[in-house]
Amino acid sequence: MSSLPVNRQTALPGFQESDNTAENPGVRAPLVLNMDRFGQVTRQVCQVAESKKPPFAWYAAFTISLGLVGLLGFCVNYLIFTGVGVWGLNNPVMWAFDITNFVFWVGIGHAGTLISAILFLFRQKWRTGINRFAEAMTIFAVICAGLFPGIHVGRVWLAYWLFPIPNQMEMWPQFRSPLLWDVFAVGTYFTVSFVFWFVGMVPDLATLRDRATGRIQQFAYGLFALGWRGSNRHWHRYERAYLLLAALSTPLVLSVHSVVSFDFAVSQVPGWHTTIFPPYFVAGAIFSGFAMVVTLAVPARQLFGLKDLITLRHLDNMNKIILVTGCMVGYAYSMEFFIAWYSGAVYERFAFINRAFGQYWWAYWIMVSCNVITPQLFWFKSIRTSIPIMFALCLVVNIGMWFERFVIIVTSLANDFLPTSWDFFTPTWVDMGTMLGAFGLFGTLFLLFCRYLPMIAIAEVKATMPQANPHWSGYATHDDHGHAGGSAQPSFASPDALRSPGSGPDGGPSAP
Amino acid sequence: MTTLSPITAPVIQGNQIPRKRLYGIMAEFHDPATLMAAADKVRMAGFRWWDCHTPFPVHGLDQAMGIKRTILPVLVFGAGMTGTMIGFCLQAFTNAASFSIWALVWVTGYPFLISGKPLISLPAFIPVMFELTILLSALSAVGIMFLFNGLPRWNHPLLANKRFLRVTDDRFFIVIESRDPRFFASRTEQFLKDLGAKAVEMVEA
Repeated sequence: MSSLPVNRQTALPGFQESDNTAENPGVRAPLVLNMDRFGQVTRQVCQVAESKKPPFAWYAAFTISLGLVGLLGFCVNYLIFTGVGVWGLNNPVMWAFDITNFVFWVGIGHAGTLISAILFLFRQKWRTGINRFAEAMTIFAVICAGLFPGIHVGRVWLAYWLFPIPNQMEMWPQFRSPLLWDVFAVGTYFTVSFVFWFVGMVPDLATLRDRATGRIQQFAYGLFALGWRGSNRHWHRYERAYLLLAALSTPLVLSVHSVVSFDFAVSQVPGWHTTIFPPYFVAGAIFSGFAMVVTLAVPARQLFGLKDLITLRHLDNMNKIILVTGCMVGYAYSMEFFIAWYSGAVYERFAFINRAFGQYWWAYWIMVSCNVITPQLFWFKSIRTSIPIMFALCLVVNIGMWFERFVIIVTSLANDFLPTSWDFFTPTWVDMGTMLGAFGLFGTLFLLFCRYLPMIAIAEVKATMPQANPHWSGYATHDDHGHAGGSAQPSFASPDALRSPGSGPDGGPSAP
Repeated sequence: MTTLSPITAPVIQGNQIPRKRLYGIMAEFHDPATLMAAADKVRMAGFRWWDCHTPFPVHGLDQAMGIKRTILPVLVFGAGMTGTMIGFCLQAFTNAASFSIWALVWVTGYPFLISGKPLISLPAFIPVMFELTILLSALSAVGIMFLFNGLPRWNHPLLANKRFLRVTDDRFFIVIESRDPRFFASRTEQFLKDLGAKAVEMVEA
């Protein structure tokens, strides 16, 4: 049995790709290309953090992001010192860009947890190439998300009222409100995602520690590596804890966007008060999150030379998930319309007709064309495996998902029960600046992460290589169960065997 | 041999006697297959204070080393249930009680009456109970894991060893500690060499 063919293809100049997307159910496709030694993986990932200078594009992106963070800081301070009136909010539309951005960013985070937790439980080994920076994306997205409810409360110095802290008024938060559930859901989500990300990174920080030459790097990486020394007794508990974290994060991630959707679904506003919201929001979150992962992965692998670890197959798989969740989102859009008609509730019917043909018709059709129609192109493999096209499509999906939240929030509020109170929301420059600034904050954190931390889970990627299996055919020890009896004189793999991973069945069921 | 304490046992490496106390002997392997076969032998030789060190978890090595399954999940379950109870008590006290308790300061519950719903409205309490269950489980899973592993520990003898630097890259090690009752430097060294180690080295404490 030989491994699957890996063809080099050239789509555009500068986009040479090794195509490992061929399917053969009998053979595991290679997830690490052009590398057959563990040390090569280490070097490939570590060279990013160890290089003296990052590529020019990194500086360019960092400058822009930092500029946008400055804009964010200005807008937030202006808001705090002046009041929420600086936003374009009006009497019926009391939630607009702030909550749109909040829901958008929380949703972005979901793909990271899906990759790190759900794909882990399903034993999807391709997750190892992308899980680290997808988790980082989750954390940074939740930071951006947390900013918005924090500043939209108006009197931010009273934001501690959100938490059950004993206070001089002897008052407590009201736990029957979904807004308070949100505080706990997003808070837990951030904490658990952060812990998950950090625990996964400890062995890789130890790698950076052991390779570091500068004193500062040795100290900093050494401090956060917690003295990890790869002990198998440690790995045993580590893997248990990691599995538990994955099993705990899976219901957590589903609960978080469900709770976010309760903010709307539990209210009475037509267009919000629907039971489809929790699954619909979760599907949309995964959809937008994967689009963001692809948006980040494509330039990152190009810029830092990680194409052999984040292969075309990884991108192809992610595009398939985008297609599936895009179809789910499209189904949810049509089901909302069906139920609005079927329910016989006049306000509900009006809300949906108004969404598609009312004053925000353009936002609705941007949403539908970006989220339902565009991802259908991913049915074609040539599009799923074309780097420039997938990048463009994922940007479109990101835009579409931002508009989805805008449509849900603003169209429902602007035209509610009483026509006399109807109004139209127009964003101000502060709205725009805060939205762009959040992207800047996200970008800044992500670029710093790429520069200084292991962007790919080194240990996990190594464990998915065929060479990591002690029963791999390249190793000369051939007993039916290497640890059960063992031959009298264990012999070594010949260097030639080590160098050619394709020479034997690199797949098959691994050890239990 | 077992009657000799490891510290008083003569430690001889070639012709020279190490000046410092010995932590153990380290054997280096270049691939997981040899490591696993060797680990199997070390276990069968009856050593207790020993460990394998690998850049990534090698599957099947737990069985080869004879590591018992950790009780971590049981403790995490307990922590999770504690979270559920905290979630319920917190909400029941702050939203449905009117008495005072001492929790760092004296605090009084407040019976919120919201649109005629019962004071203890369990369905409305479930999201927060769920989140606190997950929060405590996750934090305890990580906390207990590091606690049982004896981490963080930044000053381990192995971390001072030059050869050991590659354990996080592409090398596999078996370390037998000098406190093992079956440890006897020269014999253990030879034993590890016979297992196919690429290099065997004393590790100073």
